[in-house]
Formats: sequence, structure tokens, C-alpha cells
Amino acid sequence: MNYLKETPSQTAGPYVHIGLAPKAAGFDIFKQELGWDIAGPNAKGERIRVEGCVYDGTGAPVKDVLLEAWQANAVGHYAHPEDGREVEDGFRGWGRVITDFDTGLWGFDTVKPGATQGRNGMTQAPHINLWIVARGINLGLNTRLYFADEDNSNDPVLNLIEQTHRRQTLIASRDEDSKGVTYRFDIHIQGTGETVFLDI
Amino acid sequence: MKPAEYYMRDRQHHAPALTPDYKTSITRSPQYALLSLENSLSEITGPVFSHNDIDALDNDLIKNYSHGGDPIGERIIVHGRVLDENARPVPNTMVEIWQANAGGRYRHKKDTYLAPIDPNFGGCGRTMTDADGYYYFRTVKPGAYPWRNWVNNWRPAHIHVSIFGAAFAQRLITQLYFEGDPLIAKCPIVQTVPDPQAIDQMVAKLDMNATIPLDSIAYRFDIVLRGRRSTLFENRLEGN
Repeated sequence: MNYLKETPSQTAGPYVHIGLAPKAAGFDIFKQELGWDIAGPNAKGERIRVEGCVYDGTGAPVKDVLLEAWQANAVGHYAHPEDGREVEDGFRGWGRVITDFDTGLWGFDTVKPGATQGRNGMTQAPHINLWIVARGINLGLNTRLYFADEDNSNDPVLNLIEQTHRRQTLIASRDEDSKGVTYRFDIHIQGTGETVFLDI
Repeated sequence: MKPAEYYMRDRQHHAPALTPDYKTSITRSPQYALLSLENSLSEITGPVFSHNDIDALDNDLIKNYSHGGDPIGERIIVHGRVLDENARPVPNTMVEIWQANAGGRYRHKKDTYLAPIDPNFGGCGRTMTDADGYYYFRTVKPGAYPWRNWVNNWRPAHIHVSIFGAAFAQRLITQLYFEGDPLIAKCPIVQTVPDPQAIDQMVAKLDMNATIPLDSIAYRFDIVLRGRRSTLFENRLEGN
């Protein structure tokens, strides 16, 4: 078989915003930038906000990071033909997230996903798939965000993590006030409390 | 046909996370092993886009930020196909690019290089591949520029390329370089990729047949995303 090889990845670099979020780079060019509305107006389920910060190995915030989120809707359906089940009109389930350049904080609004199908008839606890690119990251980092208020004990991915205390690095804490529900999810690329990253 | 897994990503073909000659990677590289997952529905699905998401002019960087004129620089066409590792086309997938202008300056509030901004050049574009996986952009050739790594580092002329594929597992960002550029061999970012043949996959080739006489030079850049098995015999990926 004459298989081809995947094109090698290269860093997204510090100016990733020009291509993927040009307004953040400082100019207005496209009729609509992609990825700002993950769930759309018709999505059912709990409206949530997710916030966090990405830290480097010295503990400093990574201010030029870009994240992409990929998630199912509130009943666990992905908006994709290979899932094939219905999602609400306008629900894409994909978002693009950048930081505040001064603080490195990021956040996005969405609906809380439902449990999804796993392999071999298993069920995966509700989660948001994340992909992280930045200057200094040669190949995008994959991880998952799970929710502290869900039963994650039977999740087949979390249970693969040998050092059980590291499972906590994938679980977002929940906070609820008059403005709504916010989950906090900090990502540590390296060092103490290093987030579990996935080879998918 | 039941959906099947993507081939394992060959991480020896890619740059490792820690590449000390590219200094920024030192504190932005995980130290622990990645957790290897077999694909679930979460990985074999991914965002779906359509032509409604973009405008017709989005793939023309010579016109998409025109403020009464064309950008300065060498007019080029960048075109090619998006394929998977089985050499099958990846149709209807989003390709996005961004780049510096002909002087090596980015239109970004954080870029302070002394080369001037071009009033007619934004530096980004996007398009969808057709049914054969084919895509094309029109732009100007970006300039080389200095960056802080060692005292004297210059990036080879390059265009950043983002490709979605059909699944989150195929998501990829790479950089396109230009055939014959002597800075390729000197660049610590390019050289994070260990295999010279792999580096050559990132080098767009002069394509005289696609060059438009008296108008634009063309470069060919085929992109390969992960392939997948065509059959799944047991241990079904999906639930019941």
C-alpha cells in the first residue's frame, strides 16, 4: 500500500489571531468570524459559561493561546453526519476561544453537553473536547473538560489515567451566582499539576 | 458502513513537544506522557462548515482587504489538494490561512517589526475544498522577518495553514514554505521536525503550469490529513 504521511504540524505562532480571530488582531475583514457561537439560540439544556487560564511551566499565563472546543448537545448528540442524530437548528457544537491579551483569561458561553456514546457500548460522562495551540506548541494539545457536578466515576477515559489524582486535572469546578453557572477550568501545560493531555 | 478509527498519529513524524532550539517550546511542552485513546464518537466527529459560512472573496487576499488598491508584492497563487493518508480527497473541508505582508510585517497589534503595514493587505483568507479536495488562494508572497529566539533568527517566508478535515482527530495547523528558500534550513521552527522528507512536505513547489502568464506565479501545496480504516470488524466504535 502506498500510504501518504500526514503533513507535519507547525506552531500556530503568536499571530494566530490574524487568521482565526482577526478582530482580536485588530482588524475587521470577514462578514462573520467562525466559532463565536457554540450552541446557537435554539439549543436546549443548561446555559453555562466556561472560564480558565492556560499556564506554562513557570506558572505564567499563556496569553497568546487559542483553544477550540468540540462538544455534543445537551442530550449527547454531535452535529456531525457520523453521529447522525438530530441537533437543534443552529447548534454546531464548535467554538474558538482566545484570551484577554493582558491577563490570559479566556471564557466561552455554551450549553452543558450530555453524556455521549463511548466505545463498546460504554457511556462517556459529559465532556467538552479541547484543542490548544500557541506559540511554542509544535503540535496542538488535546484534552477534555469534565464537570465536577456529574458522576464521572464510570467514564472510560478518566479511568484510563493511571495516577488517579491526575484525573482531577480534567474536571472543571462549578460556581453558581445570580449571573448564572460558571465552570472554571485551568490548564497547566507543564509542571506541578500538569493537565492530562490526550493522544487521540 | 460502521464508522471506523483514524490511523494512529505518527508522532515520530511530527516535531516532539520539547525542541530546545525553539526556545518557547521549553516551558510550553508537557513533561508527562500523553494518554493514548482509541477513537470514540468524540474524536471521529468534528465541526461541519458550508459555503454559507464564508464569502466568495475570502480566498483572495489581493482583494479581500483592498482599500482602493492592491497590496504590494509578488502576486502568487497557492493551490493544491487536501488528501488523507489513503490518498483520498478530503472534500468540503475548511482551509484557513494567514501570513505577513510582502515586507514581512503582520497586521497584528502585537507585531512591532519596523517593516510597514500594507494598507491594502489584511493577511488572512479561507476557503472550502471542492468535491476533489481541491483548494486555491490568491495572495502576495510573504516576506521573511526577524524574530526573537537567538540573537539573529529569521523566519523563512511562510503561510500559516489551518485545516479541519472531517473529524476533530484530523485537526491540523501547519506552515507552508517556498521551494528554494535558504532560510528553511536555518529556521529552528522548521527544524523542529526531525525528518527531512517530512519537512519537504511543508515546502510548496513552483508550479509553472498553474502560473498565469503576465499575472501571477503559482505554487503547489498538497496537504495530507490522517487517514482511517475502511472497515471495523468487531468491538464496535458506536454504542448500541
